[in-house]
Amino acid sequence: MARTVWDSSVGKKTVMAVSGVIMLLYLVAHVIGNLKIFFGAGEFNHYAHWLRTVGEPFMHYEWTLWLIRIVLVVAVVAHAVSAYQLSRRDIRARPSKYVHKKPAASYATRTMRWGGIILALFIVWHILDLTTGTVHSGGFQQGHPYQNVVDTFSTWYGNVIYIVAMLALGLHIQHGFWSAAQTLGVGSRTRDRALKITGNVLALLLTAGFIAVPVGVMTGVVS
Amino acid sequence: MKLTLRVWRQKNADAEGTMSTYEVDNISSDMSFLEMLDTLNEELILKGEDPVAFDHDCREGICGACSLVINGDAHGPERTTTCQLHMRSFKDGDTIDIEPWRASAFPVIKDLVVDRSAFDRIIQSGGYITAPTGAAPEAHATPVPKPDADFAFEHAECIGCGACVAACPNGAAMLFTSAKINHLNTLPQGAPERETRVLDMVAQMDEEGFGGCTLTGECATACPKGIPLMSITSMNKEWLRATRKVAKR
Amino acid sequence: MSAEYVDYSTGEPIADTKAPAGPVNERWDTRRFEAKLVNPANRRKHTVIVVGTGLAGGSAGATLAEQGYHVVQFCYQDSPRRAHSIAAQGGINAAKNYRNDGDSVYRLFYDTVKGGDFRARESNVHRLAQISVEIIDQCVAQGVPFAREYGGLLDTRSFGGVQVSRTFYARGQTGQQLLLGAYQALSRQIAAGNVEMHPRTEMLDLIVVDGKARGIVARDLISGKISTYFADAVVLASGGYGNVFYLSTNAMNSNATAIWRAHRRGAYFANPCFTQIHPTCIPRTGDHQSKLTLMSESLRNDGRIWVPKAKGDDRPANKIPEDERDYYLERIYPSYGNLVPRDIASRAAKNVCDEGRGVGPGGQGVYLDFADAIQRMGRKAVEAKYGNLFDMYQRITDEDPYQVPMRIYPAVHYTMGGLWVDYDLQTTIPGLFAIGEANFSDHGANRLGASALMQGLADGYFVLPATINDYLARNPHKDEVDASHPAAVETVRETEDRLARLLAVDGDRTPDSFHREVGELMWEFCGMARTDTGLRKALERIPQIREEFWRRIKVPGTGEEFNQSLEKANRIVDYLELAELMCLDALHRAESCGGHFREESQTPDGEAARRDEEFGYAAAWEFTGTGQAPTLHKEDLVFEYVHPTQRSYA
Repeated sequence: MARTVWDSSVGKKTVMAVSGVIMLLYLVAHVIGNLKIFFGAGEFNHYAHWLRTVGEPFMHYEWTLWLIRIVLVVAVVAHAVSAYQLSRRDIRARPSKYVHKKPAASYATRTMRWGGIILALFIVWHILDLTTGTVHSGGFQQGHPYQNVVDTFSTWYGNVIYIVAMLALGLHIQHGFWSAAQTLGVGSRTRDRALKITGNVLALLLTAGFIAVPVGVMTGVVS
Repeated sequence: MKLTLRVWRQKNADAEGTMSTYEVDNISSDMSFLEMLDTLNEELILKGEDPVAFDHDCREGICGACSLVINGDAHGPERTTTCQLHMRSFKDGDTIDIEPWRASAFPVIKDLVVDRSAFDRIIQSGGYITAPTGAAPEAHATPVPKPDADFAFEHAECIGCGACVAACPNGAAMLFTSAKINHLNTLPQGAPERETRVLDMVAQMDEEGFGGCTLTGECATACPKGIPLMSITSMNKEWLRATRKVAKR
Repeated sequence: MSAEYVDYSTGEPIADTKAPAGPVNERWDTRRFEAKLVNPANRRKHTVIVVGTGLAGGSAGATLAEQGYHVVQFCYQDSPRRAHSIAAQGGINAAKNYRNDGDSVYRLFYDTVKGGDFRARESNVHRLAQISVEIIDQCVAQGVPFAREYGGLLDTRSFGGVQVSRTFYARGQTGQQLLLGAYQALSRQIAAGNVEMHPRTEMLDLIVVDGKARGIVARDLISGKISTYFADAVVLASGGYGNVFYLSTNAMNSNATAIWRAHRRGAYFANPCFTQIHPTCIPRTGDHQSKLTLMSESLRNDGRIWVPKAKGDDRPANKIPEDERDYYLERIYPSYGNLVPRDIASRAAKNVCDEGRGVGPGGQGVYLDFADAIQRMGRKAVEAKYGNLFDMYQRITDEDPYQVPMRIYPAVHYTMGGLWVDYDLQTTIPGLFAIGEANFSDHGANRLGASALMQGLADGYFVLPATINDYLARNPHKDEVDASHPAAVETVRETEDRLARLLAVDGDRTPDSFHREVGELMWEFCGMARTDTGLRKALERIPQIREEFWRRIKVPGTGEEFNQSLEKANRIVDYLELAELMCLDALHRAESCGGHFREESQTPDGEAARRDEEFGYAAAWEFTGTGQAPTLHKEDLVFEYVHPTQRSYA
């Protein structure tokens, strides 16, 4: 069955849809966590610490977190590889373009592909910036995420990268959520409106929620 | 009307193609688009030039032979087949670009004529109900609920013209394939082959080198018969269901 | 030349020797029992060529392959799914009597013989009526999405010329759905390797060896390559020849080449003048018109046909008050009203237009009005029933038929004539079969609506697969024939010569200009009304056009490439000969019957007057040479069950 799924264009789209939904669920949790920053360093840092102790005593310190990270890495890789392979197939299927160009023709496809690449690059930067601290702007302090976040969003480029990526995320979710529903076959004529609205609302809330943090830092609400 | 036409000319499958420019005059707005091309061809023949080759047959919008991309739109600006497009959709002095369907699964044969046999092979892979002649039960033995019959009919309307592939930025044949799957899989008569049908047809569709679906909706917009985009959703559902079922066997 | 051509000779009468004697309802069973069978294990050793993939060809190819024969099939289209059967709109008749409205096999048989104005063979028609019920079963099993009632059972509607509701339909696309059913069955056999399919390949001649049909010469339309194909039997399912008229409801590329070439090789051509003029087509708009579009006859169920009472009344339809309208069909034929058979409706439309009461540009049209239906049923119901037809009308004419009445005018639609076949559907060349519209068998002088689909599928699914067994069992061809056989070499040479000649003329007229010229001539003199003088005029003109054609035709390009002009020109060669035979047949049949209306032969109130004593036969013509007087063979028609009467639909 795994073979059938992976070899088929419809199957690969299913892989993209499922991995996309996993990432989406993660993002919902992520944005809720992020918003704790507005309640002060204490609560935010406490939450960050709790992430490492979830599941204790059944799980060892950081096991749950690593489990989530593994699932996420698998999801990201599956999503990206499928996307890459499907895109290759799509480009091969339409090697020559029409002489008469139509501007709107592939808007959604283009935004999905470019948006995906922007997001992939962003994830790398994001981890190097706030998880490992490798490219962090100030003095990165392990265990003090509040300060680290404030440092990042005190630079202009930190804000630009982040906000651009979050806008890309919004567009990606907007088409991706509805798209995943179609791929998984849960769309229908009667449900179509509801799915589109849910996708739009999710995209809006997640983008707004994430962007609230840099905006908070810039406006001094968070310092 | 006086028009400038820019037409894709390509001597044969192996030749390089290019856009050539022609002027046509005295075009009536009551003419169909193909009759306008007939006029051009009559002039070309008399001038000793090679007339423009294009596929057409019934000129009633049902056989699915005609297949022109007009100003970037499969079948042109109206939602219909090329043969049912009339010149009243254009204005005097317009420049019209005419190109063939473009997809690697639809290689150009000559000028505006492409090879769509990939569609036939998709149907051959499972787009039928096995019912040899003579083996049929009485027609009323199996009632079909009207909504199911109507749903099947809406998808059975596909004329196999390939506009969906031509319009899709990925050259995907999902709408064509899903239309046939939904037609047959909805009917009780199609149930025994429900799983193999969708799996085999999707596999053949991939095999032919069509692209995948990114749900841009271009196919459904171009479809002269109004097959809805949701048809692809239903096919995906059928495919997942079949994959699960077959795995359990 | 033409003087000679008119002086045809009458040869030996011809008779159908295959239909068994006995009660008409037992003949098909008897024939099937008497027919020899081919052992299933031996069938794969037999090859059958099928030309055409419409309803008849598609269903025949699929069924023969299912039986185990090796089928080699051809179509000129790029896919076997596109044959012109696909354009049939209204429906398919079957004597199911699901409505309990008094229908039966016998009634369908009776209606068809009567509707055909007593010029069809009773045995064939009865068999058709019997098989009609099996066709519906077969198509439903294949997944044809017929219209259904809320209870899930099949819906039916009424059609012209009958008073029961026996027409099964799939909105306005019945032909499409039935054809796709046959195409899908054929596709299954292609995938299984039982059918070798050659799309974009056109039959250009028949190979006859020792008097038997053994193969065809065909041209690959992409490469231009001419090849030979051989078989134990050849089946022509290439459709009718209505395109002789240039403007018709046929597809642009529908042509008569396969049957005409077979005729030239010895197959008799029967009743060539029997053409059906369909009453409800969209009128032409100008000289640019390349074809005509039919509006389904089913529209006459709810639409009312009328013209203004006064001549030259050019007010818009909605400004003409009710009492100044002439609902002429309802007036002249009160019991059938708007549902009279096609030939009668067409002629009535022509008459009112000739009187100067026609509507629209040039006065060549009558109104088909849905105002009453919309008021009675509501716009929604009318939309559900006829929506796609209304859309099509609006697209073509730019008028909204929900607001203003449609304008319609008769147009050439179907040809009842075709290759003469016996009860087994075999032509006068042993091993050559003709099915569907390509033969002449079942509709007499006029075909009833929704009967073409029935006949095509009856022939392909049920009749031919049973009868061809008998021929194959009796003719086990031990001697292999291949391309080196003198008959094959000669046929290929003639084909190549013909194409080379067409390319060599390099004249100054396009193929279309000749096609249009001969078409207009035919429409004028061999169309809805024919006269002795008119037909003689046409017979004088046709050889002149033919001569001019070979002097002035211009075909660009070469034969070794995709060349649509060459394809067209080659088809016109055959039209220019067939047209002559049609006119001669129309001239010799000095009676009116069905679609063939001779002005000299009418009743006092202008109805067709048959002359059964003199013309109660099918005319089978034998070819003797281009432009040379053919030989007429008469098949006497015997009516044991449905006794000829003056048709009355009043």
